[in-house]
Amino acid sequence: MAGISFRNIVKRYGKGPAAVQVIHGVNAEINSGEFIVIVGPSGCGKSTLLRMVAGLEEITGGEIAIGDRVVNEVEPADRDIAMVFQNYALYPHMSVFENMAYGLKIRKLPEAEIRQRVDKAASILELSHLLGRKPRQLSGGQRQRVAMGRAIVRQPQVFLFDEPLSNLDAKLRAQTRLEIQKLHRELGITSLFVTHDQVEAMTLAQRMIVMNAGVMEQFGTPEEVYARPATTYVASFIGSPPMNLLESAPGGRPGALLGVRPEHLDVASSGWQVQVETVELLGAERLVYGRLGGESLIVRLDEGRGAPAPGSTLLVAPRADRLHWFDAESGKRLPD
Amino acid sequence: MIERNRFLDVLTHLVLALGVAIVAFPLYVAFVASTHTNDAVVQAPMPLLPGGHMWDNYRTVLLGEHTGPGSHAPVGRMMLVSLISALTITLGKITISLLSAFAIVYFRFPLRKAVFWAVFITLMLPVEVRIAPTYKVVADLGMLDSYAGLTVPLIASATATFLFRQFFMTVPDELVEAARIDGAGPMRFFRDVLLPLSVTPMAALFVIQFIYGWNQYLWPLLVTTREEMYPIVIGIKRMISGGDAQTDWAMVMATAVLAMVPPALVVIGMQKWFVKGLVDTEK
Repeated sequence: MAGISFRNIVKRYGKGPAAVQVIHGVNAEINSGEFIVIVGPSGCGKSTLLRMVAGLEEITGGEIAIGDRVVNEVEPADRDIAMVFQNYALYPHMSVFENMAYGLKIRKLPEAEIRQRVDKAASILELSHLLGRKPRQLSGGQRQRVAMGRAIVRQPQVFLFDEPLSNLDAKLRAQTRLEIQKLHRELGITSLFVTHDQVEAMTLAQRMIVMNAGVMEQFGTPEEVYARPATTYVASFIGSPPMNLLESAPGGRPGALLGVRPEHLDVASSGWQVQVETVELLGAERLVYGRLGGESLIVRLDEGRGAPAPGSTLLVAPRADRLHWFDAESGKRLPD
Repeated sequence: MIERNRFLDVLTHLVLALGVAIVAFPLYVAFVASTHTNDAVVQAPMPLLPGGHMWDNYRTVLLGEHTGPGSHAPVGRMMLVSLISALTITLGKITISLLSAFAIVYFRFPLRKAVFWAVFITLMLPVEVRIAPTYKVVADLGMLDSYAGLTVPLIASATATFLFRQFFMTVPDELVEAARIDGAGPMRFFRDVLLPLSVTPMAALFVIQFIYGWNQYLWPLLVTTREEMYPIVIGIKRMISGGDAQTDWAMVMATAVLAMVPPALVVIGMQKWFVKGLVDTEK
């Protein structure tokens, strides 16, 4: 088990003036045993970053170290890592047992030890009754568990997950999320988990790296990222529905955006006047979509209060300790 | 919605039956002819039902005991030559094109594109076009009248390379990456992952190339001069004497039927692998 260091990581495709730079100087220190989620939209560079740790992509600039060892020039097989892919990447012609045993067989582990490790991983993942089957005879969730089993038996220093839940349906996703959390609690292996889903990030991460267009916008715990987002991008990416970012709210500062989350706007007897346009009833809560001045605004209300009618005016007041200020040009957080 | 029209159904079946009859009838006639004595065959009209001489005729022909103005080469020996050269060509082609396609798809090396196009261009050069220079080279290397001479010039295949290249491109990249992380080097990956997945195209190619190799006529005709090295297709032709002498048609037909049997067996035998491969393709 080891930590990971990203030192000035740069990734460029192509050479010379026509080269495209997709990652611009990422710096991060990940501690041994941590579960880190790299989250961001499609194309932000998160998978590229993961693949550079795996050794599947060249590192154009900077260093990546696993433990104390710089691994820029080390082959994937020698980095002591294991990876779980989005599309499972199971060997179709091998049984579940053989899939999990393959990496160990190549490393010439004795058969008895291979057997023992596979059986143990299979029992943790509840795959013991499926060891003889081929991947095409398994459901999506089972295949993903086999992929995780293949990673577990390697007993690596680092686990790498490349959007492993994206191909599963919603229910299975929630279930597998819990299994991954349980696995991390039991095994405690340093993990890098890539996803575009902020819910997965918030629930699984001990700390998360929020990426946007090749830049690491924030690296912090879920609480930090939620409560003190470093940029407007992070502010609107984390949290659902997204934070309201207002240019010209009453009491606003010039040149700054005021950010306030929909759940931190309370119905009040005086305050902002919101023109209600649509109301979404979600059972436990209500989402009111409206306009404040010329800007759109979302307010989250608990169920219980009467839902405002479309066309009416709703008075809300933001909680004073839940305001965020961002520079309107750079998007960076300003002191409160 | 499937149209159910009784009349059209019957018509369809009639047309199909007619097609089968047209294709199968000559084969049937050949078989029947091979079971009679030559006198019975030469009479017009030829009997349409099998006669009683099947085993006699076939045994005679296989052992080369037949008389008559045409060649007397034992068909058994010729079938062996055909079999060995067809198998060598087929297995050689599959092996070479598997490795070439593997190199082209999975490796980056200088001149890769040029090599690919060079292979592509050879598609424009069938055996007949290059036959004179190839003969010279084979003769100079002393490979005439040998299995090497029969098979080596035919053993590289651009079509097979392409087939495998296209197939390898459908193998997901993640599989390669997973194998890399598992510690499999290129040849290990080739042996443990790629080959088992390639069983269907290999089976398909085996059938096609075997029949191609079995039916080779022009090249063996040039390269062989001794009777012991004739493949069976040449044997059939030589049994038919031109000119005024009367050919022993019953024997010729027997030889022809014998020549058809191995390719038919290969097709039937390999069908199992086709179907198995089709059922297996779900990643």
